[in-house]
Amino acid sequence: MNTTYELPLDEAGYAFGFMDEYAKKEVRRTILKAICIPGYQTPYASREMPMGRGFGTGGLQLTLSLIGSDDTLKVIDQGADDSVNAVNLRQFVQMTCPGVDVTEKTEEATLIQSRHRIPEKPLTEAQILVLQVPYPDALVVVEASEARRKTMHGEADYSRLLVKLYEDLVKFDEITISHRYPTRVHGHYIIDPSPIPRWDVPKLHQSKALILLGAGREKKIYAVPPYTIAEPLAFEDVVFRVEDFRDASGNRRTCSRCGASNSFLDEFSDEADGEADGKIYQCSDSAYCDEQLARQASAYQKPKTEEAA
Amino acid sequence: MSRKILEVNSLTKIHGTGCPLCLASTGPEADTNICPYCGSVVAAHGVSFDLYQGEILGIIGESGSGKSTVVKTLYFDDAPSAGEAVFFDEDAQYDLYSLNAAQQRSLRNKRFGMVYQNPHLGLNFNVSAGGNIAERLLMSDVANYGAIRERARNLLVRTEVLENRMDENPKKFSGGMQQRVQIAKALATRPPLLYLDEVTTGLDLSVQAAILDLILEIQHELGTAMIVVTHDLGVVRLLAGRTLVMKYGRVIETGLTDQILEDPQHAYTQRLVASAL
Ligand SMILES: Nc1ncnc2c1ncn2[C@@H]1O[C@H](COP(=O)(O)OP(=O)(O)OP(=O)(O)O)[C@@H](O)[C@H]1O
Ligand SMILES: [Mg+2]
Ligand SMILES: [Zn+2]
Repeated sequence: MNTTYELPLDEAGYAFGFMDEYAKKEVRRTILKAICIPGYQTPYASREMPMGRGFGTGGLQLTLSLIGSDDTLKVIDQGADDSVNAVNLRQFVQMTCPGVDVTEKTEEATLIQSRHRIPEKPLTEAQILVLQVPYPDALVVVEASEARRKTMHGEADYSRLLVKLYEDLVKFDEITISHRYPTRVHGHYIIDPSPIPRWDVPKLHQSKALILLGAGREKKIYAVPPYTIAEPLAFEDVVFRVEDFRDASGNRRTCSRCGASNSFLDEFSDEADGEADGKIYQCSDSAYCDEQLARQASAYQKPKTEEAA
Repeated sequence: MSRKILEVNSLTKIHGTGCPLCLASTGPEADTNICPYCGSVVAAHGVSFDLYQGEILGIIGESGSGKSTVVKTLYFDDAPSAGEAVFFDEDAQYDLYSLNAAQQRSLRNKRFGMVYQNPHLGLNFNVSAGGNIAERLLMSDVANYGAIRERARNLLVRTEVLENRMDENPKKFSGGMQQRVQIAKALATRPPLLYLDEVTTGLDLSVQAAILDLILEIQHELGTAMIVVTHDLGVVRLLAGRTLVMKYGRVIETGLTDQILEDPQHAYTQRLVASAL
């Protein structure tokens, strides 16, 4: 018995990138339209992928339609390259796209597919970020009818989303939306930027990299093109704020692994080894964390080599 | 003489497919608003009137006579089948039914206000009383949270809703209180034109009186023009300078409210007045 999966013979003739060229072309055409109308949820014929919808099939179709054999791919899930979902997606691309390189280093990638995070390291014009989206429509929380939502988007009628922020402020004295923060793109359409934390929302604004968002189940693709305005919804006098990661005494928490104090932190429970409240914090972006560690290691070694010389 | 704010010409609303005989076979003479040939309902036909700044116009008539139809088409809740209406704003005039949906929405949000008999139609029961007012302000591009809070508080105080109930859901309020919140919401953008559809129907008499007083005060303070739809002659007597009487979708009598109530010309109006005494 062969335990590793091999393409059956009749599938061995699949085109590069699993999807047939016609399907990829249609996705690319949709991408162009999405770029032309920043933030507009462009419908497309989402294909069945050999994995369940809701496991990043929207992002995967974008990736497979864009990738070429000279590309270098990075896949992350909630910041980590080594989580099961990220590994599965990466292996699938490696299997179906011979010649494509994969990497965990943000700066080496030409194409990054991600779920729930935008890398800490600033992206460049040479990169494309693909975000997996479960719920593409920011208006779904205030309007159940898709027909009415379309009209609201068309007329940029977003007052009911702002009422939600108003109610939040009344009840909690702050805006409590932690993920999927409604963000206005290029002054018109408001997007659901996928479940990225507030921390990542400012990275959408004037991004050097093209950002594409794909929802496989909902059959929508939308884009934040490079150098485009992306403004989180807020009031004039109640500005948008990212997570501040302060402890009880007001100090910025740091990553317990690399010591970074400028990254988005995940919280873990650790009774033995944590702070007083049994919590420890670590960079959510594993590649960023590794890089900080590596830099510290080389900084520690350098003086030694200088001494030797 | 004050400025004309609204001019309505031959407004018609037919529910159903309609046929060439609809109009001739319905109305007060035909004693029905349902076309016997095609079954369509001629909810309103040939309704024309002018409304002036700060004026309150009453529309009375029995149930089904087309009163709500008139204000619903003017507020864009419903599209008319024929006719036109021109709204004269401070520095522009709008032919209401040749505007596109976005322009209509903008007028509705910023320049018109509506208070419905049923608070469910006018209020969003998923948000607080203040949130309801905020919604209307946000629709007209007020984007300052502090300013919105302040304005909502003032409006609720003005309409005599207790200030400390501002952050409560109006679902829990009494009927009279819900109408006050609706009025506050309608007034949020200081619209020059307000539609009131049976706003006191179903409320206790003392509550009714207080709300009618409030409406009069608002008209005096803000100079808001209003169309008041009611089947209660007491309401038009108190509020409206002029009144239209409707029957089976047509206006059968129009004039100064006092005259209509003292000396009704049409037999139908005479019966209405007699039955109210
Ligand atoms: N959507 C609709 N479809 C069919 N007929 C309708 C519709 N809406 C209203 N009508 C009919 O149009 C006529 C006028 O209705 P309208 O609501 O304007 O009456 P009204 O004078 O406001 O009555 P009431 O005093 O009961 O509120 C009625 O016969 C009503 O049944
Ligand atoms: Mg009515
Ligand atoms: Zn007919």
